[in-house]
Amino acid sequence: MSPTISCSSVYKIFGNNAKTLLSESGGNVDAKKFQEAGCIVGVNNASFDVNQGEMLVVMGLSGSGKSTLLRCISRLTDATSGKILIDGEDICLMNNKQLIELRREKMGMVFQNFALLPHKTVLENIAFPLQVKGVTTENSIYKALEMVELVGLKGRENYFPRELSGGQQQRVGIARSLAVEPDIWFLDEPFSALDPLIRKEMQDEFLRLQSVLNKTIMFVTHDFDEALRLADRIAIMKDGIIEQLDKPDNIVLNPATDYVRKFTEDVPREKVLKIESIMDASDPHASGEIAVKKDDIIETVAEKILNSKEIIKVVDDKNSVVGSINPSKVIKVLFGG
Amino acid sequence: MDKNYLNIIRSSKPAQFGILLIVFLLLYNLVPHNEGNYFWRLPSLLAFIPIKLNEIIYAALYEWFPLKVWDPIFEMYEEKAAFREFTKSISKGLLFLITFVRELLLGGDKIIDVFVSDAWLKDNDWMTWPALPWTAATVGAFLLGFQLGGIRLALLGGIGSLYVSIFGNWVPSIQTLSFVLITTPICFVLGLSFGIWGYLDRKVETALQPVLNVMQTMPQFAYLVPIIALFGLGDHAGSIATIVIATPPMIRNTILGLKRISPEVVEAGLMSGCTKTQLLFKVLIPTARRDILNGVNTVIMQCLAMVVIASFVGAKGLGLNLKIALNSLKIGKAAEAGFCIVLIAVILDRFTKAWANKQVDYFENLTFFQRYKLLIIFGTSILIFSIIAFIANGYFDKINYLYVIPIEKGFTFAHYIDAAVDWVWETFFYSLNSFNKFLLTEVLGPMKKAYLGMPVVATLTLTMGVAYIIGGIRTSLLVGGMMLFIAMSKYWDRALITMYMATFAVIMASLNGIIVGSIFAQTERGSKIILSVCDFFETFPSFVYLIPVIFLFNITDTSVLIAAIVYATVPATRYTVWGLNSVPLSLHEAGTMSGVSRIQRWTNIEIPLAFPTIMLGVNQTVVFTLQMVILGALIGTEDLGQLIFGALSRAQDGPGVAITLGLFVSLMAISVDVIVRKWAEERKKALGLA
Repeated sequence: MSPTISCSSVYKIFGNNAKTLLSESGGNVDAKKFQEAGCIVGVNNASFDVNQGEMLVVMGLSGSGKSTLLRCISRLTDATSGKILIDGEDICLMNNKQLIELRREKMGMVFQNFALLPHKTVLENIAFPLQVKGVTTENSIYKALEMVELVGLKGRENYFPRELSGGQQQRVGIARSLAVEPDIWFLDEPFSALDPLIRKEMQDEFLRLQSVLNKTIMFVTHDFDEALRLADRIAIMKDGIIEQLDKPDNIVLNPATDYVRKFTEDVPREKVLKIESIMDASDPHASGEIAVKKDDIIETVAEKILNSKEIIKVVDDKNSVVGSINPSKVIKVLFGG
Repeated sequence: MDKNYLNIIRSSKPAQFGILLIVFLLLYNLVPHNEGNYFWRLPSLLAFIPIKLNEIIYAALYEWFPLKVWDPIFEMYEEKAAFREFTKSISKGLLFLITFVRELLLGGDKIIDVFVSDAWLKDNDWMTWPALPWTAATVGAFLLGFQLGGIRLALLGGIGSLYVSIFGNWVPSIQTLSFVLITTPICFVLGLSFGIWGYLDRKVETALQPVLNVMQTMPQFAYLVPIIALFGLGDHAGSIATIVIATPPMIRNTILGLKRISPEVVEAGLMSGCTKTQLLFKVLIPTARRDILNGVNTVIMQCLAMVVIASFVGAKGLGLNLKIALNSLKIGKAAEAGFCIVLIAVILDRFTKAWANKQVDYFENLTFFQRYKLLIIFGTSILIFSIIAFIANGYFDKINYLYVIPIEKGFTFAHYIDAAVDWVWETFFYSLNSFNKFLLTEVLGPMKKAYLGMPVVATLTLTMGVAYIIGGIRTSLLVGGMMLFIAMSKYWDRALITMYMATFAVIMASLNGIIVGSIFAQTERGSKIILSVCDFFETFPSFVYLIPVIFLFNITDTSVLIAAIVYATVPATRYTVWGLNSVPLSLHEAGTMSGVSRIQRWTNIEIPLAFPTIMLGVNQTVVFTLQMVILGALIGTEDLGQLIFGALSRAQDGPGVAITLGLFVSLMAISVDVIVRKWAEERKKALGLA
């Protein structure tokens, strides 16, 4: 199956003569040289795929180009060069009409500061993408009511954005982005403007939604913990370059660059790593009744393993044995050494 | 050693200003005062400008692009200039609209005349359109006020219109209102369209900026003469003058409002799949609603500020009444008309502000009757009062008081005011007179003489020098160019007089404003109070300020200056309060913990930090002062204003002269603006406030 989103050699360079400079450099962009020429490098040679139903989290500090990358893929800004395929069609070559069509049918986006329309109620805000598409008022409001229920805002349909808390406003933003039932869901630091407690709550809510909806997602954040919590795969960006793109546990275990290592150093491994990553090949000594799954996060099963004091079976989804785990390995992860 | 001095001068602005001052004084005293000396006065090389402008205007009106137009009376084709036909049709259209609304409200048979033939109307003399009874209008104002802002605005609207009616100002008020009702929507549409255009296209915005600057600093008077030449006399001419003056702030408000929308909201609109049109009308304009409606508020205020000035080109209404009363020195009558204008201005101001800040209500399961309750009551009351008034036709034999209370029959307090003025005159005559004399002979006279005795080379050095020190070479050349433009006309002496009056008024107004603002800004409550006082005074049309001073100080420079000072104190105060309030709380706390006294806090923390904002207020006082000084020509000062005013009565070369002179005043204001803005920007950057 072909990937839902496919980027190859995407560049975004801000500045007047970005195009000529880029073609002169032959794709080998040096940010410093470009800056001297009056250009700022936003995205530098990004190539990756996002598969159907996958959640790719793009992580980076401010100015790393993560939001720019997202905006190139949603074509809120035009990429300077490169190919961006959405379901096999190059979005950079689309005309305005096709683009509007694509956004109306396939895309939804959530914004950091909610970006709700201040003059519309919760219900009208959610129904807005449907109404600009030409859905009748009655049908769009009906659909919006469904969305209100989905994000847990029942009873506040007729509130105005200014009457809602930040968390509630973002629920409206999420509902609005989902109203047209898009295949692709963009989220630009959706929880960064929220308090830590609310943020945690919204992340849980988001995971619940995703388990129901199973969208193809690009999620931008500057919070590495958030990325670890949510992602199927993480892309870490710095100065417009994707430093590493991998599964969370692989990033923690094998950081590709020093920059990535800085993030991973303080991450408690037991919270990220799965049993799979520390298990041994199937051991004949592994006997007994107790078994753990290979996809379990170490922390959640650590007590069980350590209490048993012997080597334990590791099984997969179908309950067939795929390996074994030695408690000493768990101790090593938990306490280092 | 030499190098050291140079470095000090290069790095120290006070030293630079000191040197500039010395050079200025040397030039001032050394350049001989005689005609023909180009250091003393420049030759009027640009004297041809007003003449050329005139030629262009008249050529456009009578010669350019002739069209063959069918003349139905003489039954033949006639050659007419296209531009003239264009302005004529605009005049006609506007006049029709204003008259239509007016007749609709005041009643009569003219409105029916539009739709039927004269002959038919003569045969059917029962056929008249019923006037809107003032009683119904009062109820309407009450209900509208209630809808917009509860019982307080309801009372303001109700009592306001009741006052207007029973004091006999119903007819002129409706005339003024019909003028506002037609002019405001035109300004709104023009302002919104240009604003949107400017927002969408950066080049347009850059091109609009200087045009708007000139338009907003031109004295209103300067527009009148060309407008008479182009459009003739009448209500429509007043309306056009108002449109020219009131549209720029609408444009600015629209651009400001649209620019303030967070980019995320625009992106959200795009990602929702909006087309360009949908984005504009469903996302951008509604989101900028508040700023746009504030623009409407400014437009309405400008309309009312213009009613008196518009009466000079033939607009009817309260403005005309005020002008006539003032001409015949009837202070009481003038004050009454002035009070009516202020009252209408305050009502419309409060109503539109309430409208701007009112959030759209979401109607939830309301029945038709509940939703339109007030509208239904209003409709019913118009019907009932109209029927009562119509029946009462039989009861009153001459005047039906239920329709209109004419001015001679209305209540009046004019004679009380006249008596009060007389009393003030008799009681304080000597003190007022001696104050007036002292000011004229000891302060204003010498100051005027000093300004007039300034060689042109000294003036240019001073202004360009200040501009150079503050803003660098570009600012200096810009300011110098503008000054040179004035200096090479034949109006330089008059311009100097305008400058002297403006300088005096600006200094006094700024001092007043800073002191008053500082006192009130000490507490939050005080700030609130003084800002609402400023709001109140800002709704006064500039003309109203002239009424009391004329009667206290006669027709002298003093009157004009005092009016200008009072008028310009308002923005100075407002900006002072804003500036002081914007000082971060943490700095206050830091100051308190360092143990500063209140005075120390004011001098060491508040004033330095608020000063850039205060200077922007001073900038405003310059514009306000110049407007009032020019307006002062109406009562006889001898600066540029008087010439502009004089041009009103000279149809032939009037338009060119008026535009040129108006441009001069505008250039003076812009010169100050350029320098002050630059300075405030740098200062704010240096203080980390920007």
